[in-house]
Amino acid sequence: MQWLNAVIQGILLGGLYALLAAGLSLMFGVMRIVNLAHGVLAIVAAYIGFVFVNNLGVPWYLAIIIVIPIMAVVGYALQWGLFNRALTKGGLAPLLVAFGLAVVLTQLLQEIFTADNRRIDTGTLATDSIQVTDTIYLGLLPVMTFVVAVLVIAGLQLFLNHTPLGRAMRAASDDPDTVKLMGIDNRQVYALSTALALATVGLAGLFIGMKTQFSPTYGDLVLIFAFEAVIIGGLGSLWGTLAGGMVLGIAQAVGAQINPSYGLLIGNLVFLAILAFRPQGLFPKAVTT
Amino acid sequence: MTLLSITSIDVHYGDFQAIYSLDLHVDEGETLAVIGANGAGKSTLLKTIAGLLRPTSGDIVFDGLNISATPPYRRVPLGIALTPEGRKIFPSLTVEENLKVGAHVKRPGPWTLAAIYDAFPLVADRRHRLGVNLSGGEQQATAIARALMSNPRLLLLDEVSLGLAPVVVEQIYDTLPAITGQGTTVLIVEQDVNLAMKFADRVQCLLEGKSVLEGVPADLTRDQIATAYFGI
Ligand SMILES: Nc1ncnc2c1ncn2[C@@H]1O[C@H](COP(=O)(O)OP(=O)(O)OP(=O)(O)O)[C@@H](O)[C@H]1O
Ligand SMILES: [Mg+2]
Repeated sequence: MQWLNAVIQGILLGGLYALLAAGLSLMFGVMRIVNLAHGVLAIVAAYIGFVFVNNLGVPWYLAIIIVIPIMAVVGYALQWGLFNRALTKGGLAPLLVAFGLAVVLTQLLQEIFTADNRRIDTGTLATDSIQVTDTIYLGLLPVMTFVVAVLVIAGLQLFLNHTPLGRAMRAASDDPDTVKLMGIDNRQVYALSTALALATVGLAGLFIGMKTQFSPTYGDLVLIFAFEAVIIGGLGSLWGTLAGGMVLGIAQAVGAQINPSYGLLIGNLVFLAILAFRPQGLFPKAVTT
Repeated sequence: MTLLSITSIDVHYGDFQAIYSLDLHVDEGETLAVIGANGAGKSTLLKTIAGLLRPTSGDIVFDGLNISATPPYRRVPLGIALTPEGRKIFPSLTVEENLKVGAHVKRPGPWTLAAIYDAFPLVADRRHRLGVNLSGGEQQATAIARALMSNPRLLLLDEVSLGLAPVVVEQIYDTLPAITGQGTTVLIVEQDVNLAMKFADRVQCLLEGKSVLEGVPADLTRDQIATAYFGI
């Protein structure tokens, strides 16, 4: 029963990882940008949520509604201000810009909020749970996070497949020059992609901030989990990313069941095993271009 | 009426000059064929008209508007569409999705999905197939259809016949009257001189980035064309 419980908790945790990873996957998919600032941007959202909830007394669910558009605007501005320029330089420029951004944001958070651990106050939400059997309890927050993650990923996939902007994003990913010949400004498509990516990672950041203690450097760990979920699932597929998040979550939860200190270790080992034996990931994109 | 008027443009790739002081015009409703040997600058000319390249000097005037500095994505709403060399179909999109991306700028006009499927049976048959899985002829037909989806006033076609079997080339050229019949002006780049002479109202020949001959097919002799084409 403990093992079943571990797997279930792992699946729920995997939802959060997938939500974290979706934006990373989207930015790489559309622009081939490896956004090394992805993790710290999640934490930036957590701090903004912290200010609204803990300092200004805004209820957590309202904070979510406020922080998501803020992060989207931040993403839009970052793309026009930094990444679109970096992309014209080609090569390593976007990667270096993202790395620089991560360093600067982390320092900025240290400066403003100090290195102390924080947590977004959600009252009893963090401890409430649903009893399933005598021994299995599901935390309300993890369940909520999981449901939201699945909805967001399904929504993103529908958006990419069936809307004009989603189509433009996939077309720009295939061939940014030809997209211009269709009357589409690829830089604008990129800016909207990054806005979308940061909206989702902002949401993930808020859930992290409600679930655990975080500090300015917590973004490093978040970035690693997001990367692992993307790679395990296979690049370019959001459903793959969801599966990748779950595999990582299950590995960590089962590892922790063996020995509480093994959680991260087992997660990383599973990631390395996938990298070694199935480098294309579990569910790679059908079309390789 | 002159729809497109180009006056003494120079076009460079870095230090390399590909087009020298070129003049060209296309009248509304006519079909102009630009011919020339490999490397003459034909694709460069079309990319410059579409806006992917900017002339280093000279002017491009479209429907009375100087568009020399207009980015490519703003030229589409004005009514310029290019079917690029190499077709450039989006490989991970289906044929129908390719067409819908082509219709991103919704200019009013006769070309809708239904009209396209009517005029291009080959495209209709393959509508659910991914771009990556198309044959050369299917790609070419899709590329032309995709350009038409923006209902252009000026359609630029680059090397429609390249690498295609003669039957397929014929099939594709057979759709031209349906396009020009809608009043669309066509500027076509073609290496096959006979095809160009057959379908165009006027031809212009480029040689090493310069315009060396221009006229109505009936007025031009084989020798004149051979000389202009090869520069001998
Ligand atoms: N991206 C580029 N960078 C540098 N030089 C280029 C580039 N593209 C074309 N050129 C050069 O410009 C000249 C004109 O090329 P262009 O592609 O316009 O010729 P073309 O007439 O279309 O030839 P083809 O019939 O082979 O398609 C050639 O000398 C070519 O080498
Ligand atoms: Mg060419």
